[in-house]
Amino acid sequence: MVPQRPLRAALAAIPGVAYILVLLCIVFGAASKGFLSGANILNIGMQSVILLMLALPMTLIILSEGLDISLGAVLTLCSVVLALMLVRGNGLAVALAAAVAAGLAFGLANGLLVSIVKMPPFVATLGTLGIAQGLALAVTDGQSVVGIGAQVEPIYSGSLFGLPIPLAFALGAYALTHWLLYQTRFGGYVFAIGGNREALVLAGVRAHLHHIGIYIFGGFMAGLAALLLTARMNAGHPTAAIGMEFDAIVAVAVGGTSFERGEGWLFGTLLGVLAVGVMRNGLNLLGVPSSLQVVSIGLLVIVALLVDGLKQRP
Amino acid sequence: MTEPIAIRHGFSAGALALGYRLLVVVAMCAALALASDAFLTESNVINVLRQASLLFLIASGLTLVILTAGLDLSVAANLGMSACLAASVLKSTGSPLLGMLAGIGSGLAIGLANGLLVTALRIPPFIATYGMLWVLHGLSYYYMAGGTIYGFPPGFREIGSGYLFGVPVPIYLMFLFFVIGWLFTARTTYGQEIYAIGANPAAARLSGIPVKRRLVLVYAVSGGMAGLAALVYLARLNSAEADIGESLLLPAIAACLIGGASLFGGVGTISGTLIGALILTLVLNGMNLLQVNANWQPFVTGVIVLIGVWVDMVTRKRAEDKS
Repeated sequence: MVPQRPLRAALAAIPGVAYILVLLCIVFGAASKGFLSGANILNIGMQSVILLMLALPMTLIILSEGLDISLGAVLTLCSVVLALMLVRGNGLAVALAAAVAAGLAFGLANGLLVSIVKMPPFVATLGTLGIAQGLALAVTDGQSVVGIGAQVEPIYSGSLFGLPIPLAFALGAYALTHWLLYQTRFGGYVFAIGGNREALVLAGVRAHLHHIGIYIFGGFMAGLAALLLTARMNAGHPTAAIGMEFDAIVAVAVGGTSFERGEGWLFGTLLGVLAVGVMRNGLNLLGVPSSLQVVSIGLLVIVALLVDGLKQRP
Repeated sequence: MTEPIAIRHGFSAGALALGYRLLVVVAMCAALALASDAFLTESNVINVLRQASLLFLIASGLTLVILTAGLDLSVAANLGMSACLAASVLKSTGSPLLGMLAGIGSGLAIGLANGLLVTALRIPPFIATYGMLWVLHGLSYYYMAGGTIYGFPPGFREIGSGYLFGVPVPIYLMFLFFVIGWLFTARTTYGQEIYAIGANPAAARLSGIPVKRRLVLVYAVSGGMAGLAALVYLARLNSAEADIGESLLLPAIAACLIGGASLFGGVGTISGTLIGALILTLVLNGMNLLQVNANWQPFVTGVIVLIGVWVDMVTRKRAEDKS
């Protein structure tokens, strides 16, 4: 066994998500002709942007040993708010401000419930999930919000200096989250909250503010992502992104962020989002219905957790 | 400070808490009777009890899981999947017995899978069962392919819409499973072990309780009860679609919390959950009678879940401060 050590160590140093991503690309590349074309790869990128915008804050939330299962419903509500504001004749800036405000309000509520009231995160956000979903259904009466005008749609289809606008959003969101997590004191707190609760209690008020801030960041990103979601559908729909937080949680877990140890990395989440995107896109090309795609994504996370568990063993 | 006194004290405090909750039920009934003439009609009372029985069947299994400080977020999706499977077996074989076996069997199998994810793979319960929720959701939609299965044999429909001595069958089921659940939790070693696991898993393991096997058992029971509830629901609706039961998750959790079950484990009773199911059904029925748009239901149950957890936390803190 001794001679194999260096190779094993080198293989172990490569994160599991990289293997998964390469494997998925090989399998789908072999199975379907169009998969590796430039147009399709761009397509995967475009389809993954909204998911990335949920998965980035979800990484911070999970790093702090939290969870936010309300993000899909909050994104849905923000999109509905945006669409309704536009239908009522408000400008895009005002409508976006209202959507982001809705996201921030839910982020603040989640943060307060988790950090100050000290509720278990998954129950707190299960409650706010119900509230956001109920609001989205009630204000739309369960119907799609259409007739939002022509000013939103170009945000999804347009480009900025040759770069599709959604990819610009993705780049901006990733850069912002990277900066927050690795360059600021806030980021230091994110790791500290996950790793060591007692230290957090001793650290006092400031730590609580940062803890709440993590969830507010989630709400903020959901508000921004609502712009892309609404632009993509050119409408608001009260169940549009229900369950999308599951894809986001899977992306974070596949990306190697641990649920219980406060360990993880942001780049892994980007790879995890791509893995989920590749999986959905490849299965789409093979004609697998979206209902079964969810099932395979569930299996993907189990495989990722198993790989993670195997690597933890001495 | 001997043990019997502690137990006695615990019992009387529990009885007091149950008494408060019964008062809430009575007060809600009085308020609803005043607010709406339709509330105290025979058909509405039966309707309330029938809905409460469906909710109780799901919530009673869920209560066992919550007692171990776990959570089963897949109960409603499990109900949906089991209902779809049972519906298709009923339709293709015409045999109520095979249909019922399919529904309960599917519920049990899903619960068993949850139990194994939690124990063998050591995935945190809420993540394992949350993943299961979406997997089952996808499977149901795939299986039904947008279709509806309807029109079941009359013998099968009895369990949802039949009457015995003028009382609907589901209400008998509610009381039957209340008695079984009460005996199981309060009068068997299994029940005591489940409380012990929830109160302190490390101590439970050290005292020789087979923690993993008991955990698998509670998740299997929770799944099996979801399968049973699927049959009752199916028999009442006489049709199945992919989204059947989807909206029951928050109400089921809310019923447990209103009933006094603590998400931190070790605290809660089947009788509490029964009253919780009644209270929640009265809330939803009241909204219905007062013509509140049904789209508000997730909002209201979400708020109730949050209040329920908050009350639980305050109660615990007070108990800790005392001791």
